[in-house]
Amino acid sequence: MRAWFKTGTPWIWLNAGAIALCLVMVIGVLGLIAVQGGSHFWPADLQRVEAVQADGSKKTLLAEHVRTEQVSAITLKDSGVALPDNAESYARHLLKLGNRDVYGRDFAWFLDHDLSGWEKPANAIVIERREWGNFYGFPQQLLQQDKVIAEGEALWPALQEAMARANALHDDITDIEKGDIGKINKALEALRLGKRTMELQGASAAEISQYAQQAAEEQAALDAQYAQLQQKLEELYTEAKRDSLKVVTAEGKELTISLSNIVHAHMPNQMSLLDKSVHYVVSIWNFLSDDPREANTEGGIFPAIFGTITMVILMSIIVTPFGVLAAIYLREYAKQGTMLKIIRISVYNLAGVPSIVYGVFGLGFFVYIMGGNIDALFYPEKLPAPTFGTPGLFWASLTLALLTLPVVIVSTEEGLSRIPSTIRMGSLALGATKSETLWKVVVPLATPAMMTGLILSIARAAGEVAPLMLVGVVKLAPTLPVDGTFPFVHLDQKIMHLGFHVYDVGFQSPNVEASRPLLYATALVLVLLIVVLNMAAIHLRNKLREKYRSESD
Amino acid sequence: MTTQQIHSGYGELNLADEKIKLEVNDLRLYYGESQALKTINMQIPEKRVTAFIGPSGCGKSTLLRCFNRMNDLVDICRIEGQILLDGQNIYDKAVDVAELRRQVGMVFQKPNPFPKTIYENVAYGLRLQGVNDRRVLDEVVETSLKGAALWNEVKDRLHDNAFGLSGGQQQRLVIARAIAIEPEVLLLDEPASALDPISTLKIEELINELKERFTIVIVTHNMQQAARVSDYTAFMYMGNLVEYDATNKMFTNPSQQQTEDYITGRFG
Repeated sequence: MRAWFKTGTPWIWLNAGAIALCLVMVIGVLGLIAVQGGSHFWPADLQRVEAVQADGSKKTLLAEHVRTEQVSAITLKDSGVALPDNAESYARHLLKLGNRDVYGRDFAWFLDHDLSGWEKPANAIVIERREWGNFYGFPQQLLQQDKVIAEGEALWPALQEAMARANALHDDITDIEKGDIGKINKALEALRLGKRTMELQGASAAEISQYAQQAAEEQAALDAQYAQLQQKLEELYTEAKRDSLKVVTAEGKELTISLSNIVHAHMPNQMSLLDKSVHYVVSIWNFLSDDPREANTEGGIFPAIFGTITMVILMSIIVTPFGVLAAIYLREYAKQGTMLKIIRISVYNLAGVPSIVYGVFGLGFFVYIMGGNIDALFYPEKLPAPTFGTPGLFWASLTLALLTLPVVIVSTEEGLSRIPSTIRMGSLALGATKSETLWKVVVPLATPAMMTGLILSIARAAGEVAPLMLVGVVKLAPTLPVDGTFPFVHLDQKIMHLGFHVYDVGFQSPNVEASRPLLYATALVLVLLIVVLNMAAIHLRNKLREKYRSESD
Repeated sequence: MTTQQIHSGYGELNLADEKIKLEVNDLRLYYGESQALKTINMQIPEKRVTAFIGPSGCGKSTLLRCFNRMNDLVDICRIEGQILLDGQNIYDKAVDVAELRRQVGMVFQKPNPFPKTIYENVAYGLRLQGVNDRRVLDEVVETSLKGAALWNEVKDRLHDNAFGLSGGQQQRLVIARAIAIEPEVLLLDEPASALDPISTLKIEELINELKERFTIVIVTHNMQQAARVSDYTAFMYMGNLVEYDATNKMFTNPSQQQTEDYITGRFG
C-alpha cells in the first residue's frame, strides 16, 4: 500500500478524478439547458383525449403533452382530489391546452386514470397568435369579409396564401408605425426643443415668435404627413382584417380568428420528419431574430442578444485603453514603494467587490451626478426629461468597464513583467528613449497578455446581471440602441440584456409553464454568445501571440 | 593589491602610436554601499579590439556598461570619475544619453532581437532617428546585414519574424542592428558565450572585419577568444584593473603574477 502511494499513482487518480468531475458538471449543465431549451422548438404532436372532470362529466381536449410525473396519493388527497383506489402514487400529465381565450389558462394537470382514448387527429392545427398564445383546434373555413372562400381540401393551401399576405401587411404596418411615424414624432420633438433652446439662450421675443411661426408651418406640414400616414394605416388595418379563419375547438366550440392575429400555423400530426426538422430550424431562427411578444413569454430574443453584444463591445472599447494605460504606469513609470504596493493591492481587491456594489455606484455617480451634469450642460432644452441623467447603454457599459478594470490591469501588468529585460536593453542601447522602447517594443509584446485580460473581462461582463438592473437594462426596450438615424449609436437608450432576460422570464413571468422552455433557450443563447465572444478574442490573441512569438513564451 | 601595482601593470603599455578613442579617468562605481569598480584608469585605442577578461564578478561587464551609460538604468548605481569619448566626458550633465548610445553601440550576451521582422530589426535604430525613406532603409539594411555576414542567409526572408533565426544568426542580426546606426564604438558583452562553436567562429571572424570600421571593446570569459580576436587585453580582478597590455605580451609574458595565474588556469 505504501509503495503504491510512493509511486504517485493515487495523485494521478485524484487529479484525473477532479478534472473528470468538473467536466461532468459542465457538460451536465450545458446538456440540461440545451435539451430543455432546444426541445421547445420541435413541433410536438397534438393529442385528442377524453378527460373526466370533477363532476364526472367528460370533456374532449386537444393538447400537447408536456411531461408526466408521479405524485404521491397523500399530496393529492390533501389538495382535495377524489381517488378511486388506494395506490401509493399516481401518474399525472401536464397538458398544454392552448386556447387561453377559451379556457383562461393554457396548461393543466390531469391524472392518468382520468384520461382516455388518446389519438392524434390528422387535421389538428396549431395556430401561433400575436395575442392569447397558441390555438389548438381544427380549421373549418377561410372567410373573406364573411364570405367562405375555401374549405375542406382547398383550405390549407388557401390559408398559406392568406397568411403570407397577412404577414406582409403586418410588416408594412410595423414599418409605418415604428419608422415613418417615429420620424415625424422626432421632427416634432426637434421643433419643440428648438423653441425651448431659443428661450433658454435668451433670444428676444421677436426672434422667438418668428421661430414659432416658422415652426408652426413646419408642424402643419408634418401633421399633414401624419394624417396621410394615419389614413394609410387605416387602409392597411382594414386590408389586414379582410381575411379570417373559422376554427373549431376539440369540444366543438366555434371561433373566428382574424388572419392579422396569426403569426404562423402548422399541422403537426401531418408533418413528416423532414417537415418537422425544417419547422424546428425556422422556429429557432425566429426565436433568435424576432422581438419578444406577450410580456416576453412568446416570440424571440433578438433585442436582448443585440443589446448584450453592443454593451460588451462598448465596454471593451472603454476598459482596454484605461486598463492598459493604468497598468503601464504602475509597472513602468511609478516609483516602486509602499504607496504603489497599497495602490496595487487596492486594484486587485476591486476585483473582489460584489458587482451589485458597482451597480449602486454606477447609479449614484455615473447616472445621477455625471449624467445629471451632462444633461444640464448639453441637453438643457430637454429637461426635466433626462437624456443621460437616467440609466442607459453608456452607463451600463461604463459600470461594467469599471467592474472589469482590475482584471485588465492585472493581466497587462503580468504581461509587461514577463517581457525579458534584455529586449528593453537592446532597444535602449540603440539610442531609444524609455517611452520609445515602451511603445515600439514592450507594449506590442504585451498585447497577448492584454487580450487575456480582455477575454476574462468579456466573460465576466457578458454574464453580469445585478449591476445592470440599476444602470440601464430593462425588461422591454422599444428600439435597438443602434439604428440608421444620427448619431447611429444611441448611448442614452435603455437596452435589453440576455442575463436580465433570463431573470425576467424565469422569475417575473405571468405564465411560468409557457416561459420555462424560453428560459432554458435564452440561457443557452447567453452561454453560446459568451463562448462566441470568447472564441473571437482568443483567436485574436493567438494571432498576436504568433506575431510576437518569443522564446520567453 | 594597491593602486601602485595597478598603475605599474598598466604603465608598461605604450599607446603612443595609437589614437585614443576612450579614456577612463579614476572611475569608481558603487552599487549601494559596495564598490564594484575601484579607481579604474585606462585608454582604449581607436579601431582596435580591446578585450576585458577576468573571473566572474570581477567588474568587466560593469565597466563595459559604463561606456554607454547602461548602468544608469540601475537605480542604486553611483559613479565617480570620468570617461572621455573623443575628449568629451560622457558623464557630463549636458550629454544626451540616447545620442551617446547611438555613438556607442552594444551587443549583449544573449541574442535579443525584437519581435519584428528581420528587416524591421535592422531598421529600428534608423526609424528611431526619424528615417523612414524606403530607399535609404533598404540600402542600410542590406549593407548592415552584409557587414554582419548575414545577408546571404536572410536576403530571401527579410520580412520573416526574427525569432525564426538560429541563435548564431540572431546574434549576427543584433550586430547588424547595432552597426546600422553607424556607431563609433561597439561594445560586445560576451557575444559568443551562448552560441555553438561554429557560430562563435563566425562572430570572431566578424569582429576581425568590423575592427576596420569600429572601435571594439569585448568582454569574454574565453581566453582563447581574447587571444584570437583582440589587439589589447585588460585583466580585471575584484573590481581592479590588474593588467592592461598588448594581447601578445599579455598571453606570453604577463607582468603580474595574478594575470599569469588566471591565464594558466590556476584560479578563476
